[in-house]
Amino acid sequence: MTDPIRIVHLYPRDMNIYGDHGNVLTLFRRLEWRGYRAEVHEVHRGDPLPISGDILVGGGGQDSGQVLVEADLLARGPELRAMADDGLPMLLVCGLYQMFGHVFRSGGGQVLEGIGVLDVETVAGADRLIGNVVARSAEFGDVIGYENHSGRTTLGPEAQPLARVSRGAGNNGSDGTEGARRDNVIGTYLHGALLPKNPSIADRLISVALERRLGSASLRELDESTTEAARRLAAARPR
Amino acid sequence: MTRVTDAPGRPSDATVRRPHPLPKRPLRNAATVLIGRGARFLTRLRGGGTAFPGLIVEHLDRDFAARALAQLPYGVVVISGTNGKTTTTRVVTELLRGQGLAVFTNPSGSNYSRGVVSALLGRVDLLGRLDADVAVLELDEAHGVLFADAVPPRFALLLNVLRDQLDRFGEIDHTAELLQAIAARTTGAVVLNRDDRRIAAIAASLPHTPVRFFGVGASLAGRFPGDDEMHGREQQHQAVHDADVLLTAIDSARATFDFDGTSHAVDLRLRGSYNMVNAAAAIALVRAVLGDGVEDTELLRTLSAVTPAFGRGETIEVHGTAVELVLVKNPAGFRLAIQSFDAADCATVIAINDHDNDSRDVSWLWDVDFGSLRHPGVDLVTGTRAAEMALRLRYDDVPVAHVESDLRRALDRALALAGGRPLRIYCTYTAMLQLRRLLAAMTPLEGIDR
Ligand SMILES: [Zn+2]
Repeated sequence: MTDPIRIVHLYPRDMNIYGDHGNVLTLFRRLEWRGYRAEVHEVHRGDPLPISGDILVGGGGQDSGQVLVEADLLARGPELRAMADDGLPMLLVCGLYQMFGHVFRSGGGQVLEGIGVLDVETVAGADRLIGNVVARSAEFGDVIGYENHSGRTTLGPEAQPLARVSRGAGNNGSDGTEGARRDNVIGTYLHGALLPKNPSIADRLISVALERRLGSASLRELDESTTEAARRLAAARPR
Repeated sequence: MTRVTDAPGRPSDATVRRPHPLPKRPLRNAATVLIGRGARFLTRLRGGGTAFPGLIVEHLDRDFAARALAQLPYGVVVISGTNGKTTTTRVVTELLRGQGLAVFTNPSGSNYSRGVVSALLGRVDLLGRLDADVAVLELDEAHGVLFADAVPPRFALLLNVLRDQLDRFGEIDHTAELLQAIAARTTGAVVLNRDDRRIAAIAASLPHTPVRFFGVGASLAGRFPGDDEMHGREQQHQAVHDADVLLTAIDSARATFDFDGTSHAVDLRLRGSYNMVNAAAAIALVRAVLGDGVEDTELLRTLSAVTPAFGRGETIEVHGTAVELVLVKNPAGFRLAIQSFDAADCATVIAINDHDNDSRDVSWLWDVDFGSLRHPGVDLVTGTRAAEMALRLRYDDVPVAHVESDLRRALDRALALAGGRPLRIYCTYTAMLQLRRLLAAMTPLEGIDR
C-alpha cells in the first residue's frame, strides 16, 4: 500500500478569500473517486514545508493576508523554486499567483518582491477587473472562472499563458492572456473555484502527481454531466 | 419587482430641485412630507421599491431625516454588521415596545439611508414630527456611515464582519473600518460582539464612548466559527472582554442568557442557533438604551414571543405544507444555518441566485461544508446558479434529486415532492424575495406590498 497522495494547501488561513478550498476539495475527491488515497496538508506561516508533497495549491488573499505571508513566503522561495524546477505540480490563484512572480509594484511606488517561480510581474491598476471569464486553452479547452483583481500581470519570455481570454479581462485586460505556466506550475486569476468547473486542469495536476509518484497514471473517466451543466451556465451568465 | 435604481417615472433633477417658496421650517417640513408622500403614493401605484420617495426627499431637503429624528427622547439606534441585522432589529424593536416605548423602525430590506427617509415619510405628521420615543434602524455598513454622518446615532450595535459579496463591498477589513466609523459617530453607547475579532477590536478606538459587549459562553464558542476559524487551525479568537449579556446554553428551542447576575432560560420562536446570538445582542442593546429601566420578566416574555423576520427562518403554511425560508448570503452564515437546522424529516431545497443583490461571484459556495446534508440528501436545487450548486454538492458527496433553475417550477415541484414533510428552502437574497412573492400568491403574507 503506497502512502496517500499529498495535497499541500499553502496558507489556507491567510489566503483563502475566493473559494480556494474548492480547488483542494476537487483534487482530493477526484483522487478518492478513482480509488487513490489522498491527504491534505495545510501549511501555515512558520510551519515547515513538507518536501513530500505531491501537489501544491495556493489561493488569493486580502491585502492584509498578503502582508502577513510575505516574509514567510520569501523565506521559502529557494525551496519552492527547487520544487518547481523538479516538476512538482502547482496551482496558484490570484494573490499567490502574483507573489509567485518576480515583483508586485503598488500604486504608491512600493515594490514587493515575489519568489520568482513564475516569470511574471504585476503592477497595481487603478480599478478592479471583476466578472465571469471564459478563456481558451489548446490543452484544457474553455477555461471558465470568475476574476476579481486590481493587479495587471504581464508575462516574461519564460512563461506561457494558461489561456487566451474570449470573455473578461485576464492577466491585464490588454494583451488577451490569462494566467501563466512553466513546467507543471499554473498561475491564474480565475477562481470560482477554478478546478471544479475545469476538471481537465484538475486531472492534469493529478496525472503529473501520480506519474511522479508511481511512474505512470491512467485516470478513469468520471461522469461529468453535472460539471458540463455548471460550465454551460457559468459561461452564459452576465459578465 | 422593479429595481430601485430603475424606478419608472424617476424625475430629472430639474423637476425636483424647485425653489422652496418659504424657507421657514414648518412649511418646509410640510412641503417635504407632501411631496415625498406623493412620490410614495405614485411608487406604490407603479409597484416600485421603497427607496424612490426617499431619493426625492434627499434631493429636496437634505436634513429632513436629521430634523425628524433629533426630537426623539431616546434618540437613534443603529444596528449594523454583515449577518443578522434584520432579525436583531426586529427583536430590539419588539423588546423596546414590550418595555413601553413607541418605536420607529425601517422595514426590513430597506437598510440604506433612503429607505429610512421613505419609511419616515409614512410616519411623520405634516410638520415633520415623528410620534415615537426611539428610532431603531437597520443599516448596511456603507449606508450606516453615510447616515451617521447626517444623524449621529445615540446607540450603535455592531454584530459581525463576515465575508459577503466581496465583488461588491471589497475586503472585510474595509467593512470593519466602515463599522468603526459608525461607532466613532455614536454619541451614547456602543454594543459590540466580543467574539468577532474585528468587531471587538473597535472598542480600542473608542476611548470616550461607553462600550458594552455580548457574546457566547465558552461551551458554545466552537458552534459559531467566524471567517477566520473556517480556514486553518488554532485561530480561535480569545474573548478578552466581559460580556454584559452572554448566550450560555442552547437546547433545541430553549436558549439561556446570562445577564444581571442571573441565568435566564427562554423558549424562543426564533429558529436557528445564530438567531439566539442575535437575541443576546438585542438584549445587550436594550439594556444599554434603557439602563436600569429594564423590566427583566417582561423582557423575557416579549423575547419568547418574537417571530422570525421574513426569510430568516420564517415558516409559511401553504396548502398544508410548512415552508421555511432560510436566507443564506455568505459562507459563515450558510454553515451556521446548516448546523442550526436538523435536515431529518424535512425536504431540503437550495435556491442560489447570482444577481447584483446576491453575489455575482459564487465562489463562496465552495467555502461552505455541506457534508451534514449527505443523509438524507438534497431534494432540489434551483436558482440562476442551480447547476453550480449541484456541482458543489457533488464534491461533498451529497445526493441531489432534482435540478430546476426556474424558481416557480421549482417551488411547485418541491411542494409536490415534500409529500407532507416540512419544506426548508435555503435561499440567497433575490431568490428569497422571489420565493416569497410566489408563496404570497398562494397564501396571505406579512410584508408584501400589493
Ligand atoms: Zn481572484
